[in-house]
Parts: sequence; C-alpha cells; structure tokens
Amino acid sequence: MAKLTIPAPELMRAGHSACPGCAPALAMRLMLKGLGPRTVVSVPACCWTVIDTPYPTTALGVAMLDNPIESTGASISGLRAAADALGIQDLNILGFAGDGGTADIGLQALSGMLERRTDAIYAMYDNEAYMNTGVQRSGSTPLGAWTTTTPVEDGARGKAEPKKDIMGIVLAHRPVYAATVNPSFPEDFVRKVEKARVLRGPRFFHIFAPCPPGWRYASDRTIEIGKRATDCGIFPLYEVEEGRYHVTRKGGALRPVSEYFQAQGRFSHLGPEDVARVQAQVTADWERLLRLENGT
Amino acid sequence: MTLKVMSGNYAQSYAACLARVQVISAYPITPQTSIVEKLADLVASGELPAQFVKVESEHSAMQVCVSASALGARTYTATSSQGLLLMHELLHWAAGMRAPVVMGVVNRSVAPPWSLGADHADTMSQRDTGWIQFYAESNQEVLDTVLQAYRLAEDPAIRLPAMVSEDAFYLSHTLEPVEVPDQSLVDSFLPARDARAVLVPGVAARLGSFTGPQQYVEFRREVAKAMERVPEALRQIEKDYQSLTGRFHGGPVEYYRAGDAEAVLVTMGTMTTTARTVVDEMRAEGHRVGLAKLRLFRPFPATEIRELARRTDRIGVVDRSFTFGAAGAAATEVAAALYSGPHHPVLSNFIVGIGGREVTPNHIHAMFDRLLAGKGPEVQWMDLPLPPEEVAHG
Repeated sequence: MAKLTIPAPELMRAGHSACPGCAPALAMRLMLKGLGPRTVVSVPACCWTVIDTPYPTTALGVAMLDNPIESTGASISGLRAAADALGIQDLNILGFAGDGGTADIGLQALSGMLERRTDAIYAMYDNEAYMNTGVQRSGSTPLGAWTTTTPVEDGARGKAEPKKDIMGIVLAHRPVYAATVNPSFPEDFVRKVEKARVLRGPRFFHIFAPCPPGWRYASDRTIEIGKRATDCGIFPLYEVEEGRYHVTRKGGALRPVSEYFQAQGRFSHLGPEDVARVQAQVTADWERLLRLENGT
Repeated sequence: MTLKVMSGNYAQSYAACLARVQVISAYPITPQTSIVEKLADLVASGELPAQFVKVESEHSAMQVCVSASALGARTYTATSSQGLLLMHELLHWAAGMRAPVVMGVVNRSVAPPWSLGADHADTMSQRDTGWIQFYAESNQEVLDTVLQAYRLAEDPAIRLPAMVSEDAFYLSHTLEPVEVPDQSLVDSFLPARDARAVLVPGVAARLGSFTGPQQYVEFRREVAKAMERVPEALRQIEKDYQSLTGRFHGGPVEYYRAGDAEAVLVTMGTMTTTARTVVDEMRAEGHRVGLAKLRLFRPFPATEIRELARRTDRIGVVDRSFTFGAAGAAATEVAAALYSGPHHPVLSNFIVGIGGREVTPNHIHAMFDRLLAGKGPEVQWMDLPLPPEEVAHG
C-alpha cells in the first residue's frame, strides 16, 4: 500500500462556499497542508473572497487578509516587512490570487514583489477567466475558449488570442523557486509546497484550477479533467529552482489534446483544424520544456 | 530640543524617524522625493531601524503600508499629486481596514497640463476616503503635526489613517528653523503602537472580509463615529504636546485676530502666513479683519465655523483648488456647516494660488476689501490677468 505523503491536519474547513467541484478550493486546502498553521494569506478580489464565507466567519484555520484585486504582490511585501520589523519568526506569507488578479491587473505588483526579492509565496490559481464575475475572458484564457466576452457565434469562435505565459513572465524575474501544480496530483502538489516553504526569497506557484460552471462540465469531473490537462501536455508539471528545470511528471507519450477538449463545453465548438493547431503548439511547448530540463 | 534649519520635506522625514516608524514604503514623485531620500539615508545608516520597501508604484506603497499595518507595524509613506490620485483606491482600504497609516502629502497640482506648483486639488480629491486631513502652514507645524497624527490615528477609539499636507515648494523645499524634540520626549508623547485588533499569526481570523447590507452599514457607521471623535481627541493630544514642547497650533482651527473681526478669511496652508501680515497691516489702518486657518479639513471643523459665524458678519473662504461644477472645496464645506447653524454671514469664495501661482499680500488685501464692501459674487477667481483666448492661443 502506498505511503500517504500528504499531512493529515486540515487548515481549510468544510464550511466554505465554493461551487461543487471547485479546484481553487482544493488548491487552497493542499497549499495550507503544505505550509502549516504559521501562515498569513493575502487574498485579492477573486473567487476566494467569496469561498471563504462572509463576515464574521472564515473557512480557513489561518489568518487571512483581504486586498484589492491588483495589489497582492505589494500586500505580501508589506506583510513580510511588518513580520521582519516586529521580529515575527517562522511565518509563511502567502498571496493567493486568481489569474486575472495576477496575470492581468496584478502583474505590476507581482513583478515588483519578485524584483524586490520579497520572502513570500505567490500562488496564482488559474481557472482561466474572470470566474467570480461570471466567466469573462482574462489574459490567461486559452485560445479558442468560450467565455461571456469571447462568445461563439457566426464569425466568432471563442478567444482569438493564445494564453499569457505567466511562468515565462515570472521566470524572467529569476525567483528562487517556481512550480506548476495541479490538484489532480496532490502528492506532487504538496511535495512542491513543502519544498518551497523552507526556501527564502520570492517563490511562485502556477496552480491549474478547473472550474465546472465556467468551463462547462459536470462538477464530478474536476479531477479527471485536471489529469487529462497534464497528461496531454496542456499543463505540464515542473519546477524551476535557481533556474534549473525539473519536469516532475512524465507519463510516457502525451495523450492527444482532443481528449482534454472533449470533456469541456467551453471548447465544444472547436473543429478538427482548431484542435490540430493547438496540438502542434502543445507538442512544441512540451519538447521545449524537455530541452530546458536537459539544458540543451 | 535642537534647533535645526530644514525643509518641510525633511521635517516629514525627521518626524517619521522620531515616531519610530517600523515600515516605510514609497515611490518617487516630485516634489515629495527628498522626504523618502532622507528616510532612506536614516534607514541605511541604522539611525532608523525600519523596513523600507521600495515599490513600483504609489498604489503598491499604500498597499504595503495597509498590509504591514494589519500585522501591527507603525507605517509611513509620502506622495504628491498624481501619486496620491493613483493611491485613491487604497486610501479607502486603509480607512475601512482601520489601518492607522500616516502619510505626508506635498500638495501639488494635477495634470494636465503638467505643473509642479502648490495646489490642493490632489488632497481635496481624497476628502471622502475616511482619512483624517491636516494642512500645515510651516515646517515646524509639519513636524509637530506628523507626531500628533500618529497619536490621533492610533487612538484605540479612532484607528483611522491620517495625512499631513504641506504646500509644494513653499514648504517642501523652503528652509526654516525647526525645533526638533528629543527622542525621549517624543517617546513619552507617542508610545509604541497598541497592536491589539490586528491579524495574529497562527490565529484564524479574517481582516477585510465581505458582507451583505445587514453589516456593511454598521462598518461604515463605525468609521463615521471614529471621525466624530477626532476633534476632541486632537484637542487633548495638542494639550499633551504643548505641555512637552510649549508649542500649540490651534487644534482643528487656528484663529488670528478673529475675535472682534468684521470680516474673516478662512485659509489653509502657507497662504495663511501671507494673510497674517495683511491682517496686521489692515488692523493698523483700523480695519477689523482676521483669519481662521483650517488646520483640520477632515473631519471638517463645523462647530468652530459656526462659532466663527456667531462673531463675524462676513466670511471669505480662500481655496487653492476648484471643484469643477461647484465651487472651492473649503467654501462648500463652510457653507454646509453654516446652513444648519443660527448665524448666516455674508459668504464669498476666493479661488487663488492654483498651480503654484503666488498668493500675494495684494490678493489677500483685495479679498478683504471686497468682503468689507458687501456681498459680491459667490465665487471669485482672483488674479486672472490673461484673457482666456490668450491662454488658448499662446
């Protein structure tokens, strides 16, 4: 029998208000399992503002601070500065933000935090659109995806532009650690968080975060869709430590991206040519990632 | 007590240092820069053991202060003009989170067109954010007010952020002798921040949160009530400060020869110094004129203005900015304060000194002359020698 590597203590309570099948809820749960109770989390306007439940309740077993949508990077810099000034030791500072609040409106504050070498973890949970406001496209929405602002009609086939490469942007700042994680692979997720926890300096997580209502699939398929995303190479699992790449899951040959697309209503309008175009890009990106790992 | 010659900006820096601020965060903007350059020196030399977070925008500077304040740190930032406008969203956050951030603001005009001169449009645009607002007349008042602002902001019954404003260049870059109190004296006036009611690591709690209308109203009402406590708390704080330093700046409103005045000008900031000399001259000529300097603009000292109206029949409000579509901001506040009071003097609004244009004794004299002559237009722009078409075509 496999040994369980995930800590048992729960720092996120069952009484949250996430939608059924919400991957950002799973992501917070796993993140806090890896970080432990000595954590302060700063959360901008995003799904998690609501998931945590309204005043005077909270779903988290740690201290949580709200901040406006674009300033999570600055907020965690402020928390670290205060902890240092007040002599508060052994404190994990976590920013936990959506893709819009990170890759779009929060990019400046994120860049500032990385450049300042703030000793904190920034986690972007990527549900690939502005989900809390009702599924509007973000810079992190993938090519071809339906959203309410990238409709599928005559002459319009979902989002016309490819997804922003947040890992590339973050890595250009040379953080001490950056990794992709996916709640469908919880051991890999928590292992990376535990690894990052003991490092000092700016650390970043890109979290794959399927959203049943926004991606148009049944809420019991979140884990399966997450697995397909990684196994087809759309969302590879890797970490970059001091510039060294390490791909943490290689399941043999990549599965076709069509298996990932078929499971979601947001891609149901895509034809074989659209899928083939994405497939070519995913294959090229995967090979590029393997070359980065090999240092070639 | 040491007498030093310094700019208004250095008065800000030394006051923050004397207040033993723990976290500073700032982004450079003219004419604020020398405040944070001096603080960077004080931190680098070890004289001020604080964390200085050098950020990529004013928006982030205020976020750093708000978040650091949430963990219990005493925080300081400084900005001006466009920087203050960019902070606007976070100003609401600071007040709503009850974060006692203290900020130095160098009052500067707002673009376009670009201009660096003294102008109150930047801070007037922030008057609805829940911040306590002070306007200083001298570098000494800057230093003293920053120290008083910390006491006030951190008062457990108040817990609101406060900004201490100074006019660009007239104070920010002008050297004046300033009495700098000893550290031990400041420590006895301003103890370490009471860090209760902040986030505690390891304790499940949420600061900020969200609510429905059932509770939201109560949260806003708490901010309103805290504001109402400011004038009384400030009077006590000034009393304490006076007993330690011998200096007194007048509480919410400082009067100058206003007791028996027929006409009083309501002023803010550095124009007051010019106006004092005009009052003296006109008094010598037998005119009963005086001043009421608004030291506090938020909360607005309505009680003091009503008391002023009991004693004088003519009030002129001098504004160094203009609220488009209305009048000067101070004038509308004064009018609102008087409406519900029993005394309704003649009220005129003089718009002057915008964009750093000089406010001269002649301007002040003309305002008093117009006031004493009787009821003029409600809003009068002073000192407009250029016809508009000449401005438009150069």
